[in-house]
Amino acid sequence: MRVNQRMTATVATAAVLGLTLAACGGSGDGGDGGSASGSADQVEVFTWWAAGSEKAGLDALVGVFNEQHPDIEFVNGAVAGGAGSAAKDLLQTRLQAQDPPDTFQAHAGAELQDYIDAAQIEDVSDLYDEFGLTDVFPADLVDRLSTEDGAIYSIPSNIHRANVLWANPTVLEDNGIDPEATYEDLDAWMADLDKLDKAGVTALSVGTTWTQVNLLETVLLADLGPEAYSGLWDGSTDWEGPEVKAALEDFETLMSYTNDDRDGLDWPEATQMVIDGSAAFNVMGDWAVAAFEEQDKALGTDFTAAPVPGTDGVFDFLADSFTLPVGAPHPDGAKAWLETVGSLDGQVAFNKAKGSIPARTDADPADFSEYQQTAIDSFANDTIVSSLAHGAAAPVATLNAISDATSKFTTGASDLAGYQSELAAATQS
Amino acid sequence: MLNKLRRVGPPLLMLAPSLILVGVFVYGLIVANFTTSLTDNHTAAQATGQKPAVFVWFTNYLDLLASEDFQHSLMNLVLYTVVFLVGTMIMGFLWAWMLEKPVKGEGLFRSVYLFPMAVSFVASGVVWRWLLNSNQDEQASGLNRLFQIVGLDALQNNWWNNVTFGIVAIAIPAIWQLSGYVMALFLAGFRGIPEELREAARMDGASEWKLYRHVLFPQLSPVALSALIIIGHMSLKAFDLIMSISKPANYQTKVPAVDMFVFKSSFDYANAAAVGSILLIIVAIVIVPYLIRTNREEKR
Repeated sequence: MRVNQRMTATVATAAVLGLTLAACGGSGDGGDGGSASGSADQVEVFTWWAAGSEKAGLDALVGVFNEQHPDIEFVNGAVAGGAGSAAKDLLQTRLQAQDPPDTFQAHAGAELQDYIDAAQIEDVSDLYDEFGLTDVFPADLVDRLSTEDGAIYSIPSNIHRANVLWANPTVLEDNGIDPEATYEDLDAWMADLDKLDKAGVTALSVGTTWTQVNLLETVLLADLGPEAYSGLWDGSTDWEGPEVKAALEDFETLMSYTNDDRDGLDWPEATQMVIDGSAAFNVMGDWAVAAFEEQDKALGTDFTAAPVPGTDGVFDFLADSFTLPVGAPHPDGAKAWLETVGSLDGQVAFNKAKGSIPARTDADPADFSEYQQTAIDSFANDTIVSSLAHGAAAPVATLNAISDATSKFTTGASDLAGYQSELAAATQS
Repeated sequence: MLNKLRRVGPPLLMLAPSLILVGVFVYGLIVANFTTSLTDNHTAAQATGQKPAVFVWFTNYLDLLASEDFQHSLMNLVLYTVVFLVGTMIMGFLWAWMLEKPVKGEGLFRSVYLFPMAVSFVASGVVWRWLLNSNQDEQASGLNRLFQIVGLDALQNNWWNNVTFGIVAIAIPAIWQLSGYVMALFLAGFRGIPEELREAARMDGASEWKLYRHVLFPQLSPVALSALIIIGHMSLKAFDLIMSISKPANYQTKVPAVDMFVFKSSFDYANAAAVGSILLIIVAIVIVPYLIRTNREEKR
């Protein structure tokens, strides 16, 4: 019995010791054995570009990077899953643990505000001067990217347009609507939507909440105009005003023409309805062009693309961009990466593969597809405003609050007045 | 004194690793969570210490409980839990009751009923999202289409897209998955009742109903309670099934766990922690009386 007890004690002591040692070992690992600080022998690039055209784009960009900086090793930190939400979660954990990647992907614009407030990313406006980016990006874009005090926190790699109206010409013709018609404003468009709706066709396909927010922002843009729309985000346009109310009424009407199963669909399924001819129209960003092209549909004959009615001459932009985190282990590597991202070769290679357009205006449009050429042309000439649904116009918390209010409204849990005041409250906090 | 240490010391030392681990990673973190919920830590800047976060005590809780949206989430949770509990208990009991009599192929049926539990909520959620498609009439698919085929057009509905009762539709796959588990519990309960008890009751002239009412049901009540607690706490923590059928932003299917996720993704750690604490309290209300009861019975 005595022996037994001593034995127990020994085992227990060993267990406790083992545990303590394990804990010590764990903390020792955190240092990552990194090479000398500031060294430029490698760069870890954190993205959620892990599949499809996004991965093709990243691969093309890495190809250019290896040419421009052959002495720096590229380390792919791509995290798949959940349209970037898995990556954002992991990124947040790493940033809070003071273990940032050398550079990470983020939507350009207001979505960066949280990282800025948390002092997790550096001002890179001096890199704009160093790489000569200020002159090759449109002035409107640089304005949208700058914070109030003139700092810029990321370098955009590509541009997408959110206010695009996709249509299936066959469905339109079958219901006696001219597919060539362009609509002056939302009212003219809604007259045709009404016609389609009465004929028993899904006039406008839409998906889950964020696609509804995408639709909402284009409606606000169409009814308020670019200046008042931008004013929604800096407080100079009144959310409680009659203009916003009229826009929300239009939004309500548009939602009445949409499919019932919208809340269960994401954008590919909603766009697929137009491709298949089970819906006439769809409002979605121009990444949708890839869905049409993958299925061998030709622009002009099998599908049409136009700015959302009432937003002609306005480019509702969103951009992916790269940052310089505070305390990045290889800042020189990160700067080299940012140089490639901003360079003409890098932007052309990346965007040709991904299907978006370069943020630079000096790229040769002839290198790109038919749709991309029209987008490049609009981007150079149109008024540029920031997209809400994709983080360019408002910080994440505001966007989440707007999404909640929109879902509540479109499922019928709040009326228009309630919706408007919830939107106003969302943008004030 | 030394003697006492000899007696208590080694077992305590044996327990120490798990005590320390549980203490730090369960109770320590519950305290950390609760502390966060008492602050105004609503932004990314405060979370990283760039801006100060101060104690606001129970303001977050009061604001949450007063907000219409959170009340809607709580209401959804209650609806979901009630339907889920009642559904699994009834289905599970019926299946167990049928299998309890010696039937041919009992093993097969038992496996068939139990198998859904082996499927993860996420995987079954993807399938059920399609089955519970809310399109009706010409565009219908999934169950609505099935109703049309068998001529029950009137049963078509918009499933989880109903603002008030949408959450109940999500309880259907949950019932489908967990009924087999409740069946297994009840079946074990039935098998644990000695045959002599039934024989004695029959000898005393009890009818079949009286046999169940006065002999079998009382014997099954501890099993029923365990089943209720297990299903109940699973239901209160429902998240994965809802996330894979619906989306976090969809108002109609919000429950507190989804709110917690959304708050966290907007860097609002204080409110996320407050929702977490509220969930913990609700689960504790269900579990603690059960633990006390079990404890008392064991001492007896």
